[in-house]
Amino acid sequence: MADPLLRVEDLSLSFSTENGRRRILDRLSFELRSQEVVGLVGESGSGKTITALAIMGLLPPSAGIDEGRILFEGTDLLELSESQMRQMRGSRIAMIFQNPRSALNPLMRAGDQVARAVSLHHGLDGDDPYEVAIDLLRHVGISDAANRGRAYPHQLSGGMAQRVLIAIMLACQPRLLIADEPTTGLDVTIQAQIFELIDEVQADTGATLLLITHDLGVVSEICERVAVMYAGQIMEVATVGELFRNPKHPYTEMLMGSVLRVDRPRPLEEGTIVAPASIQYETAGCRYASRCPYVFEVCWESRPGATVFSDGHYGYCHRYDEDPA
Amino acid sequence: MPPSIRYSLRRLFLAAITLVGVVIAVFIMTRILPSDPAQLRAGPLASEELVAQYERKMGLDKPLVVQFLNYAGQLVRGDLGDSWRTDQPVLEELAQRLPASIELATTAFLLALAIGLTLGILAAVYSGSWIDHLTRAIATLGASLALFWLALVGVYVFYFNLGLAPAPLGRLTIGLDEPDQITGLFVLDGLLTGNLTAAVDALQHLWLPALTLGFVVSAPIIKVMRASLLDSLSADYVRTARAIGMQPRKVVLIDGLRNAFIPVLTTLGIVFGYLMAGNVIVERVFSWPGIGQYAWTALITNDFNALQGFVLLIAVVYVALNLSIDLAYGFIDPRIRLG
Amino acid sequence: MEVSAPHREVRPLPGIRRLASRRPLLTLGISLIVALLLVAIFAPLLTPYGPTETNPAATYQPPSRAALFGTDKFGRDVFTRVVYAARLDLAIAASVAISAFVIGSVIGAFAGYYGGRVDDLVMRGVDVLFAFPAFILAMAITGVLGDSVRNVIIAIAVAYLPYFIRLTRSEVLSVRTSQFAEAAVSVGNPGWRVLLVHLLPNSVSPSLVQMALVFGWAILDAAGLAFLGLGITPPTAEWGVMVSEGAQRIISGEWWVWLFPGLAIVLAAFAFSIAGDGLRDLISTENR
Repeated sequence: MADPLLRVEDLSLSFSTENGRRRILDRLSFELRSQEVVGLVGESGSGKTITALAIMGLLPPSAGIDEGRILFEGTDLLELSESQMRQMRGSRIAMIFQNPRSALNPLMRAGDQVARAVSLHHGLDGDDPYEVAIDLLRHVGISDAANRGRAYPHQLSGGMAQRVLIAIMLACQPRLLIADEPTTGLDVTIQAQIFELIDEVQADTGATLLLITHDLGVVSEICERVAVMYAGQIMEVATVGELFRNPKHPYTEMLMGSVLRVDRPRPLEEGTIVAPASIQYETAGCRYASRCPYVFEVCWESRPGATVFSDGHYGYCHRYDEDPA
Repeated sequence: MPPSIRYSLRRLFLAAITLVGVVIAVFIMTRILPSDPAQLRAGPLASEELVAQYERKMGLDKPLVVQFLNYAGQLVRGDLGDSWRTDQPVLEELAQRLPASIELATTAFLLALAIGLTLGILAAVYSGSWIDHLTRAIATLGASLALFWLALVGVYVFYFNLGLAPAPLGRLTIGLDEPDQITGLFVLDGLLTGNLTAAVDALQHLWLPALTLGFVVSAPIIKVMRASLLDSLSADYVRTARAIGMQPRKVVLIDGLRNAFIPVLTTLGIVFGYLMAGNVIVERVFSWPGIGQYAWTALITNDFNALQGFVLLIAVVYVALNLSIDLAYGFIDPRIRLG
Repeated sequence: MEVSAPHREVRPLPGIRRLASRRPLLTLGISLIVALLLVAIFAPLLTPYGPTETNPAATYQPPSRAALFGTDKFGRDVFTRVVYAARLDLAIAASVAISAFVIGSVIGAFAGYYGGRVDDLVMRGVDVLFAFPAFILAMAITGVLGDSVRNVIIAIAVAYLPYFIRLTRSEVLSVRTSQFAEAAVSVGNPGWRVLLVHLLPNSVSPSLVQMALVFGWAILDAAGLAFLGLGITPPTAEWGVMVSEGAQRIISGEWWVWLFPGLAIVLAAFAFSIAGDGLRDLISTENR
């Protein structure tokens, strides 16, 4: 197997809050291969966005890396200086965010913002950046691109704005594209279009796509592999098919149970859905323990190691230890 | 009708109403509030006859409505009445003294901008560092300083102790001729007419009062520039700019500052108000022959006509300035311009 | 299998010490204000002389053991006068802040609640008041009303009235359509009662911040007016008056006569300024 494009190794990260340091991400490990589409799923607050920001080097000042490495094409991103990291951003790794309209500068026309990305990353190519920008807008499905390019962000619909952002990403031509809940707040039909567009862009450019979402439906349509996160810990990683057919981690089971499946109707078991308790950030064990229907003593005490279920399918759960205590 | 035109017309309309209100308010202030204007004008030792004479002369024996209509009619004709102290037209007296105040106020304003914007930007960009804390301390202190006291400190330190400033006795050293009048701003006129002695002398007299006023007035600018830039730098679109690898300086300038200036612009209007108020005090301390000094004399001598003219002038300028800022928004912010 | 989760630590109620460490500026501001109040209240105990006690033999004495801040042109002890002046200045500022707050809030509340023509009229009135820089308005009103403490208070209060009108009006506007207001009306409370008893108490927190700020501004304005010879005049012990008396000697070098009263002004204004800012931060984070 070729070297992974991105490997996150035991990444742990804490925030300084009014109540002391809180470890948000705990020994996160996963990898992304070249030209893959991987989904990162979890509830809100599970740390998905933080993970993406860590990869981009865009963490807020109150965040600190406790341990771990983020290896991108072999280089540990955490070791890079800010200006080295800046060279990575856009050209190698790029990210699109939620709330596309607020992600665009309200005082600049859409076309100019794309053109800016173009000249930043390909300024020396003879073409006029603005022309290239309009081309890109057309490419992402904005009809009447020449006129729309002169529009300001507040004049664009949410879907249109997200297309502009995707155009900006295209201008950068990254090897790794992270999309953080790119369709939040958008109309359902528009959502489908945007995901289609992102999928196309990924296929066209051969970039690796890390899709962050809480929407399992989208994951099943677009992604090849999925990583499931809960409270800053990875719970399970598998191909999409395996995850849906054969979930191993209790949390994944709960998620799958909440998805209506035509072929295998399964009534929600009693006790499977538990009222969300507060997240145990201080625990040395598994953070899902307080909601887990299978919980053992050892779950509170130590973090489960990785159990490999099959090729490319692994999870972190004491249930599968040889001798559960 | 394009949104920006609608917006502008509404602003104009409101400003016009406000001005009408101002005229009424000033009338109330100078005709109705004082206990007995005729008595005050005639003086404490005047006979009843003299007071009655003044009453007729000032039109105070007529019903209020008539008084107001006369007064309003005069204003429309551009007549601010005559000073009770000198019997000269108030408009002329103000016009004579205006250049001095303009020179002082404009210089102070430019200094305030320079200090305020620079420190505010530095504090935001280096948020959390000692620069930030020092700047905020300066801003809070500046807002707590009594201008008249700071002016005295300045005179004491720079004139009395260090000799870096001349005696606070006006715009030029006594005996030196004013430069030929082009703008009325001595430093500028001196430079324009090649009268370097006058220009330098005027500058020496100008720098301390202008700096004092400018410093005090820079405090709110520092605060709002810092806060606005901080807000703007934590906005989503700045994150996008950084996420595509934009150089930090460009991010601050293009994405951060451009958006941050909008709230600063509003504050500048208020700052100008502080400037006009501070003018009166600074002109008093430095014997600066401007409209502030004129207002003070009017107050001390109960010359309500002159006071009225001054207050009207200030209010009109203030309203006009804030209106211009409002209208400017219509052009600067595409969200207003294009709806 | 029943497993109980470990208890989350219950946060203790924030004590004073905790408040002090988390909000140093607010604590500093409030401490300074309390100190000022104490100094003003216990003035006679803190000062060796009387504020109007003259000593023709010891005019313009520099600071010494006998007179901490020196003496002025009548031989009066500057320190004593600065301390006693605190009473007057704080009292003026308090009167201004409270009256502007009370009157402004009531007007603003009515405007916000009843809306329509009343509201329009009030807002235009506010616009007119805001058309003048505050100090100039206060200056003009004091000038025409005559020199007295009462007139100074009125003049400055009028200048700051519009702030409170606007603040309360906008708070009432947003709260007026809330459910509990509707509930109060539906139970049969007449409009004005709903307004005063139910809505107003909930609309005042931004006004409290503004009050702290106005307190500081009023001190600066009253002193400024006195410096110009308006409102409060010699021989009253007031900080601005003292500075203006001292200003006459600026060129001859008796710096203590004007410096110390000015420092007192700075201290007082600073205390209210940071208290106001700290209060604003406190309220905005509590609301989140």
